[in-house]
Amino acid sequence: MRNPFARRAVTDLPPPAKLAAFVVLVVWAVVVLFPIYWLFVTSFKTPYQVDKGPFYIPFVDFQPTLDAWRYILVELGNDTLRPYVNTVIVGLSSSVIALLMGAAAAYALVRFTYRPRVGMIGLGIGSMAFGFGAAALGAPVVLAAASAVAIFVTLAQAIGRRFTRSMGNSDIAFWLISQRILPPIAVAIPLYVLFQQVGLLDNIVALIITYVATNIPIVIWLMRDYFASLPRELEESAAVDGASIYRIVRSIVLPISVPGLVATFLIVLVFAWNEFLIALVLTSANAQTMPLQVAAQNATRGPQWWAMSVLILIMIAPVVVMAVALERYITKGILVGALKG
Amino acid sequence: MASSDSSLELGPPEPVPTGSALRGRATRRATDTLDAWRSDGAARWLFIWPAVLLILVLSIFPLVASIALSLSKLAFQQGGIDLKLVGFANYQQLLFGLERSHFLGVLKPPNPNGWAIVLATVALTVAAWARAARSDHRRPVGLVLRLVGGILLVGSVWVVVGALASEGGRPGALIVTLIFVFVGILLQYALGLGLAMLLVQQVPWRRFFRIVFLIPLTITPVGVGYMFLMMTDTSKGPLEPIWVSLGLRDFTWVTDPWLARLAVIIGDTWQWTPFVFIVLLAALESLDQEVREAALVDGAGRWQSFRHITMPAILPVTTTIILIRLIEGFKIIDMPNILLGGGPGTATQSMTLQAYVDWNTLNLGRSAAISYLLLILVSVVATVYVSFVRRRVTDLA
Repeated sequence: MRNPFARRAVTDLPPPAKLAAFVVLVVWAVVVLFPIYWLFVTSFKTPYQVDKGPFYIPFVDFQPTLDAWRYILVELGNDTLRPYVNTVIVGLSSSVIALLMGAAAAYALVRFTYRPRVGMIGLGIGSMAFGFGAAALGAPVVLAAASAVAIFVTLAQAIGRRFTRSMGNSDIAFWLISQRILPPIAVAIPLYVLFQQVGLLDNIVALIITYVATNIPIVIWLMRDYFASLPRELEESAAVDGASIYRIVRSIVLPISVPGLVATFLIVLVFAWNEFLIALVLTSANAQTMPLQVAAQNATRGPQWWAMSVLILIMIAPVVVMAVALERYITKGILVGALKG
Repeated sequence: MASSDSSLELGPPEPVPTGSALRGRATRRATDTLDAWRSDGAARWLFIWPAVLLILVLSIFPLVASIALSLSKLAFQQGGIDLKLVGFANYQQLLFGLERSHFLGVLKPPNPNGWAIVLATVALTVAAWARAARSDHRRPVGLVLRLVGGILLVGSVWVVVGALASEGGRPGALIVTLIFVFVGILLQYALGLGLAMLLVQQVPWRRFFRIVFLIPLTITPVGVGYMFLMMTDTSKGPLEPIWVSLGLRDFTWVTDPWLARLAVIIGDTWQWTPFVFIVLLAALESLDQEVREAALVDGAGRWQSFRHITMPAILPVTTTIILIRLIEGFKIIDMPNILLGGGPGTATQSMTLQAYVDWNTLNLGRSAAISYLLLILVSVVATVYVSFVRRRVTDLA
């Protein structure tokens, strides 16, 4: 029993409810935008004007000046440009990689069943710990890695046969997300040592690797729910027709997952874009990112509000542009059409 | 390999409702092909190993290194620094020694209300454990774990009550963090869900709102901290007229611990509501509208359709959002640090902030110990949450 006018009935509210909804939305938009507006006007103020009290409207309340913009964009010049380019490269590449790897893992966790053996996990962790331990005690990195692999291979047969208790997909997923629990403050110094060993300090590659690793669990968890909510009939009928799994993923799963992929991409992008503490520890001059520049504006003379406002504004501009470009994909229709059409 | 793994179980055979013979044949054919699909073993491993391997390599070393750090003390000597192993001294300091009032809080005997809460918790825990012990499918390991969990629960309720529902008690970093996390998540979820629900409707300026609501998430947390420092400035900030009309001229937030905590929670909510919003928006948008339409046509009310169609469909992603916010929320640091420096006193000092302060003063051992206590606490909370809440609402767990 399908009513051709039903779509209207669901998404169209009666006028009074629509008005109420609109008012609520406007109120929240003001809550969101007012601080941004304040950043905007602050960026055109002199230190004196900031200090004298709240002035709201340029040309009416106060005479705007481009001093702060000139300071950040012209005087600092390359010192703003370099971290800016770094942020763009690190943010975009790490979130694209995290999205690819995470979405693949999420799909696998939804559609396949894994039975990792407890014994093998213990052995794997044990031999890795041995490798790290040996390296920490001064053994050459290659030797440490080789001995870790050797231990794993030698014992794999024996242990694999003896300890057969196994875990499931949910345990894998939980282990992945639990890697985000330890606060960055505890992770930063060990990461510093790790990247020092491989010579990647003050290098954006180190940041990209770290952000990919920290964001994959988020991607996996968000996309797992999303993939699980997709109807299986489409994939099954494609499998019946003989499509390979790569083809099914490419031509069916990914196209109908676009809303979830876009939302997830935006989230991991801003996580990588804005990360502070790990960037602080892993970089010194060449690979610095924008959050460090923002924090640096709190100098000994107190926060330089005007410069900080400029930095925050130029930092959010590309993300907002990207949100504008991608928002249209967070919408219905694709899936419904594919299924019912 | 394929024999021990069942990679894709066919659901109960509802998808093919016509005739049992036809159904049998269709199922067999599908199973054959799916067997071929399953033997496509490369994809099975190719899809998951890169992610697992990368995280393994990057997580095991920090995990091991910081536990070693938490058991030692940094000492400065001529020509360098020296790590001295001190056993559990750092933990002992935090939980029982010098730093206890800072970390756990000042604990006093509970007042009558406090006693009521403690006794109710004990009774409920004992009842739950007894029920688990009497149930049919019990395992000794499970019972022991439940017992440990119950003791931990009663213990933490005792600490919270001793700090909050007692004469002269004062919460420490641990309890302050818990307050930030739970109140924050509640507000963020309620707001995020409400806004997402409104924006799947046809309202004017729909796209504008959808984009604007994302903006707080795009600002670096340090920046948000400084922004709220401006907002809460009662003499030069933009909200000065409001503060003045409330009689708060020259008021400093550093005088009232609860107002200070409220300011932190408001800032945190401002920043993280968009996260809930965008995930729920994507989930709501991919709901099958026709089911709702059919329900409405059949005379179901809006509330009924929300309660019985929308809510079950977004419940799995809801539990994911709450889990992620739980894990991220426990690491709150920038807002209390920039807004109030953890003050008044240590009233808004979260666990991560306390770890950061120790870190800055090169007390790396204690900093790592706090991080590890945080890891244990969040692991327990997240495990309980996943096994008791998420497994109930989704088969994914």
